[in-house]
Amino acid sequence: MIRKTYISAIVVLMTTFAYAGGYRVALQGQKQLGMGHTGVAVINSAEAVFFNPGGLSFMDKKVTLSAGVSPTFSHIHFQNSEYGWSTKSDNPVATPFNVYAAVKLNDWMSAGIGVYTPYGSGVEYPDNWEGSHLVNNIELSAIYIKPVVSFKITDKLSIGGGPILAIGSVNFNRNIDRSTTNASGERANVTIDDSGVVAWGYSLGLAFRPIEDLTLGFTYKSEMKMKAEDGKADFRNVPSTAPGVYDGVTFDATLPLPAELAVGASYTINEKWLVAFDYNRVYWDAYESLNVYFSNGTESHNPRNYKNSSVYRFGLQYMASERFTIRGGYYFDESPVQAGYFAPETPRNDSNNFTGGLTFQVSERFAIDAAFLFVHFDEVDASYDHYQENGQNVPFGGTYKNNAFIPSIGVSYGF
Amino acid sequence: MKKNIKLLALIALGLAACEPEFDREVSDSGFYSAGDADFSNYVAVGNSLTAGYADNALYVQGQRNSYPNMMAEQFAHAGGGTFTQPLVDDNFGGLLLNGTQIADTRMILEFDADGNPSPVNLDETPTTEITNTLEGPFNNMGVPGAKIFHLAAEGYGNVAGVGSTANPYFVRFASSAGTSVIADAAAQNPTFFTLWIGNNDILAFATSGGVGEDQAGNINPATYGSNDITDPNVFASVYNSLLTALTANGAKGAVANIPDVTSIPYFTTVPYAPIPMDQATADQVNQGYAEYNQALSLFVFLGAIDQEEAQRRTINFQASTNNPAVIEDEDLTPLQNPLTGEDIPNLRQTTAEDLIVLTASSFIGTTVGGDPTKVNGVSVPLGDQWVLTPEEQELVANAQTQFNATIKGLADQYGLAFVDARAMLTQVAETGIPYDGGMLTSTYATGKAFSLDGVHPTAKGYAMIANAFIEAINQTYNSTIPIVNPGTYPDVFVK
Repeated sequence: MIRKTYISAIVVLMTTFAYAGGYRVALQGQKQLGMGHTGVAVINSAEAVFFNPGGLSFMDKKVTLSAGVSPTFSHIHFQNSEYGWSTKSDNPVATPFNVYAAVKLNDWMSAGIGVYTPYGSGVEYPDNWEGSHLVNNIELSAIYIKPVVSFKITDKLSIGGGPILAIGSVNFNRNIDRSTTNASGERANVTIDDSGVVAWGYSLGLAFRPIEDLTLGFTYKSEMKMKAEDGKADFRNVPSTAPGVYDGVTFDATLPLPAELAVGASYTINEKWLVAFDYNRVYWDAYESLNVYFSNGTESHNPRNYKNSSVYRFGLQYMASERFTIRGGYYFDESPVQAGYFAPETPRNDSNNFTGGLTFQVSERFAIDAAFLFVHFDEVDASYDHYQENGQNVPFGGTYKNNAFIPSIGVSYGF
Repeated sequence: MKKNIKLLALIALGLAACEPEFDREVSDSGFYSAGDADFSNYVAVGNSLTAGYADNALYVQGQRNSYPNMMAEQFAHAGGGTFTQPLVDDNFGGLLLNGTQIADTRMILEFDADGNPSPVNLDETPTTEITNTLEGPFNNMGVPGAKIFHLAAEGYGNVAGVGSTANPYFVRFASSAGTSVIADAAAQNPTFFTLWIGNNDILAFATSGGVGEDQAGNINPATYGSNDITDPNVFASVYNSLLTALTANGAKGAVANIPDVTSIPYFTTVPYAPIPMDQATADQVNQGYAEYNQALSLFVFLGAIDQEEAQRRTINFQASTNNPAVIEDEDLTPLQNPLTGEDIPNLRQTTAEDLIVLTASSFIGTTVGGDPTKVNGVSVPLGDQWVLTPEEQELVANAQTQFNATIKGLADQYGLAFVDARAMLTQVAETGIPYDGGMLTSTYATGKAFSLDGVHPTAKGYAMIANAFIEAINQTYNSTIPIVNPGTYPDVFVK
């Protein structure tokens, strides 16, 4: 009962979170995060609800629970030497979370549920900064609720899957252009805000153990489209050429949550060592343009033109003792952003990611999981060339350098 | 457990502080170079252009977007110090003297119910009381309305002289009643300065339609009227004394010359032939001028004027959308009726060589006292103040040529950076100057370079000027000051 209360408190409190360019947030489990967020073929906790529902029925324990949170400290630094511009973001600390439960119903069937936050973005620049016509601040979030069921077909093969319910919200403010102010000198801007946007999708998974020490995994998650309808659009300080044009405006917009494919392998070298590799393919080409249609007839078209991207993950686990398990990992995360589309709301170039983690087994049933992720982006000269003024493209660019530090802490329980 | 929480908090703080650093930060000292210049104490001297005046008023936002302030922000990348400005009290514009309004609020574009824009004065009461004097010194010593000799005039900031020998804008921030602009500027021991002055020495004459006098040959400015053209020798000697004062401590600096009056929308917006008319009205109007036209052939016969002048003076309206306006031109030959001795009016119609001032747009076509037969510019000739005639333009151009020769000569002599503002604004007027969001042209309101008064630049226009200064400074002093981006500054304001 106490536990239940805790979990719902976490769900309620931690609805703001962020980070990661593109807006994918790969922080879905403390054990797996420690191993470079591999896990398609690692089946040792309820985190498999996310990583591979197909593998759940391979689990030994009857009940497994895990929950965690990953406070994200992200930074964006921008400069442009032609004009002497220098700006640092003041991103809020985001708190992606994850809660999983899995139950072994019988020898060949398991069920589970997960609540987690795979997408989000929380970027906050100083108001009216040099790129304020593209973004002042943005907060995107999507909470996934994912019930799954898994069947063991044979001793070597298990499959699973289930529907996904996504609940999203968006709050995005930017100036309407690079220079317009009202008579008092306050910049004209618009905030679009919507929450409770719902989308449905599904996930499928498969786990295969050709020999006892080798596990292969495969998962697929469908694309979902978050459609905001009749959201609130709040225009401020806009000089008016006709009265009432900017009063009580609403907006429609669609944001795709791309489909994702993952394949992976894990190998138990001996009693102490486990090694895992994952390959993720994210079908970002679904994100062509962020188009916002306002009820007053104005439209905002923001080409994104993302490309499909890959993530290469590598992880190691070492069971030092009965009480301690140590993990390490690395992954290379390709950016979906193409040249000329580097928008400051998701300023993402390729990143090198380093992870570490440990589990402390407090008792036979109860463990504390901790992990750490450092996201390193190389300094990059980039621009967004598709903002238009008077019908011509006005590039906005410079040099960006970003990073993120993400400690992650969780608990797991199993018997 | 408590210890752990403290530790966690400490770690969290540490993580938040780990911000990414560039290999070379633009904010690092040494990224930009001051070259041979020292920007630590920059003082800007000049007139309304230096003050950031726009839309026929001085208001806070305009001051923040003055070209010296933009430059100072860029100088700050290379050792520039703080830059203070005598900010007015509001964004309305306009001034009060002992509670009485003495200057209009700023102009702003207002759209009527049909969506047609027109420039109007902002419907607010000014709050800037000039007797509330500010504690200086101020790096921006731009004084709207100042002519060259005003900068050296003692008592120019004495409130008792407002309306005659003093300037209300300088009253606000003069260090004492008896001081001069240049004395207050030099007292700050600038390490770097800009001087852009002389525009009003021709512009006041031009914008008043040439009602003043050309004072060439009169070397006593105290005797000048407010709309007169300054004597070139007075100009040269005062300019030299200003530079002597500003460079007394070895300061380096930049100066700019004076643009053509024909490059500003104030003179290029109203066409010379602005009057539409149908045949019946034309016949009626021509009837009214028949006697005058006949008299002209008589004066040709008498040898008082030649055939060419008679042609020029003949009034003829047609069924057309663009008839020239009737004006009074003091440069026409004065004529008297040989029988009565009565003066014959000096009338003619405008030609493509005339420049009709912007403010005439709301005057031409109006009636006198509501009498439909007394239409300004048609049956009632426009007075001298509405038109800058070719003869008046020549006076302006002559003075400008001499002033600009003085500025260039002294810039070279003192080794200063020189900005050819004339060439730049000619380019704006003729082809436009591109920026990353379009083209800055001198077309009224929509050209984005000039504010609604048709004389002073918009902030975008001032940004273009700041860049011209920065480029000249970089070239002269081997500095690497970054330019500003005009596209990020506002232009014309809509209500």
